[in-house]
Amino acid sequence: MSRLIVASRFPNPDAAYEALVESRRGLSEKDAAALDARLVLILANHIGDPEVLREAIALAQQTLAPKD
Amino acid sequence: MEEHKTVFRYTWRRSPDQDAASPVRHRVVVVGAGPVGLSAALDLALRGVPVVLLDDSDRIGEGSRGLCYSKRTLEILDRLGVGEKLVAQGVTWKLGKVYLGDDLVYSFDLLPEEGHKMPAFINLQQYYLEKALIDRVEEVDNIDLRWRNRVTGLERRNDYVRLTVDTPDGPYILEADWVIAADGARSALRDMLGLGFKGVTFEDKFLIADVKMAADFPTERRFWFDPPFHSGQSALLHRQPDNVFRIDLQLGPDADAEAEQKPERVIPRLKAMLGDIPFELEWVSVYRFNCRRLDRFVHGRVIFAGDSAHQVSPFGARGANSGVQDAENIAWKLAAILDGTAGPGLLDSYERECIQAADENIGHSTRSTDFIAPRSPAERALRNAVLSLAPHADFARRMVNSGRLSVATVYDSPLSTPDEETFAGSARLGAPAPDAPVRAAGNRRATLLECLSDGFELIYFRNGETPAPCGDIKLTVIGQDLHDEEGLLTARFDATPGSAYLLRPDQHLCARWRSFDSTKIAAARKRALGF
Repeated sequence: MSRLIVASRFPNPDAAYEALVESRRGLSEKDAAALDARLVLILANHIGDPEVLREAIALAQQTLAPKD
Repeated sequence: MEEHKTVFRYTWRRSPDQDAASPVRHRVVVVGAGPVGLSAALDLALRGVPVVLLDDSDRIGEGSRGLCYSKRTLEILDRLGVGEKLVAQGVTWKLGKVYLGDDLVYSFDLLPEEGHKMPAFINLQQYYLEKALIDRVEEVDNIDLRWRNRVTGLERRNDYVRLTVDTPDGPYILEADWVIAADGARSALRDMLGLGFKGVTFEDKFLIADVKMAADFPTERRFWFDPPFHSGQSALLHRQPDNVFRIDLQLGPDADAEAEQKPERVIPRLKAMLGDIPFELEWVSVYRFNCRRLDRFVHGRVIFAGDSAHQVSPFGARGANSGVQDAENIAWKLAAILDGTAGPGLLDSYERECIQAADENIGHSTRSTDFIAPRSPAERALRNAVLSLAPHADFARRMVNSGRLSVATVYDSPLSTPDEETFAGSARLGAPAPDAPVRAAGNRRATLLECLSDGFELIYFRNGETPAPCGDIKLTVIGQDLHDEEGLLTARFDATPGSAYLLRPDQHLCARWRSFDSTKIAAARKRALGF
């Protein structure tokens, strides 16, 4: 059974998205990637569940469509 | 090309076997007189099995060299009679520090627990370990150590192995009931059997240098990511005896191994690290690391142990340590096979236990190497994210991986009798018994492990009358033979009055109960012998 919650959990999804957008506004691609790496680590640890992490990675990979 | 100096030389002598009319058959031939082959030969000989030990060289002190010997390895070496000498000779350490640039991001203390005879780690040049083992071999009956005996041919027969051995006087034939191939990472025996050695090769190259200098660096392992003196790479500094320091400098995947070993390249790199301290180069080499193993360690009568069977990167000190642990694992089992007391599963259990250990070591070693030498810019970005978070967040400090240091594997083994009751404490089924301080006969202060025999041993915590011993199992009664004055033994074994613990001849815990039952003890001993 899936442990990863994909139903929306933010009371205001638009505001959460905006916070993420603002965190990278004005950053170069490289700096944005560095920021993302830090965010991934911080949030993964906050979740602290290896199974959820694996499922999240699988979901992310599944949506990483090959470019044509 | 390696810069080195020969430290100890030995003499080849013609063996009477070379003059025999037909090939002489031996019970066990061990190939390779490194730490693994020497330990295996000693362990077998001390168990009464005569051993012929072949080595293709006549000197020690050159080539790739081990440095850190772990507590479990030292306990084994102590059982073989050289532990105290090595600890006295080596540099005992337990503190590790990890830096990012100039900043300390993580530190560890390896043995916070008191009452162990052996320290968490010592650092010692491999040639001193080998010298001590060879000195011990010369004291022991039953080991015929033959220098400049190079195995050039191997034929497997049904119940023996035929070896062709080259010497300065030409070749001769030798037969062995069993061969232990302890001939290292570039094992010739492995090639002779055509066995694959599959795994991962890491592209990054590393400069390894032993440097002699009168420096007052503290006795601790220091590891740097991106140090100011070696920008963008990693560095390691570790103290050895004789004012020698081991330095590892990461050079990246594109380094030219040949050129990087030249003193004109090495010395400026070391000066950048060491500043104005005068130093002398003892040994320099440039390496790439592999993490790989054989699919099977036992091939008929040929048994692979140590680097010939599995190879890891040096981060974590898992090479020589796991090899000596393989040697201990096979020695008592082969002795039991030769004296006819082994069950049909005992040899398989060597392979099963040591493959479990090898996979654990390869896993740790691969993860450490992936962290130290990321394989792509994307992996490096993630690694650098961990490092930059480390000063700010505990979780990231815990991810910083400069090598997870060798600890004994807890064997998930068919030789262990599953627990019927629950036990807490640090003693684990399938692991070496934890050491603890005891008071022995004559009021002598000792530790548990040095009081153990070389055979099966039952540790019984006294509860009224002393039970009758079970067959050939040595009975040690706590509260009678040994006294647990500090309570640490009881705590580590989570013992209650009447608790009984069966140890294998390699000191691994294979069964335990809350009360003494001679039928169960006999069954557990039988199981631990592979029945």
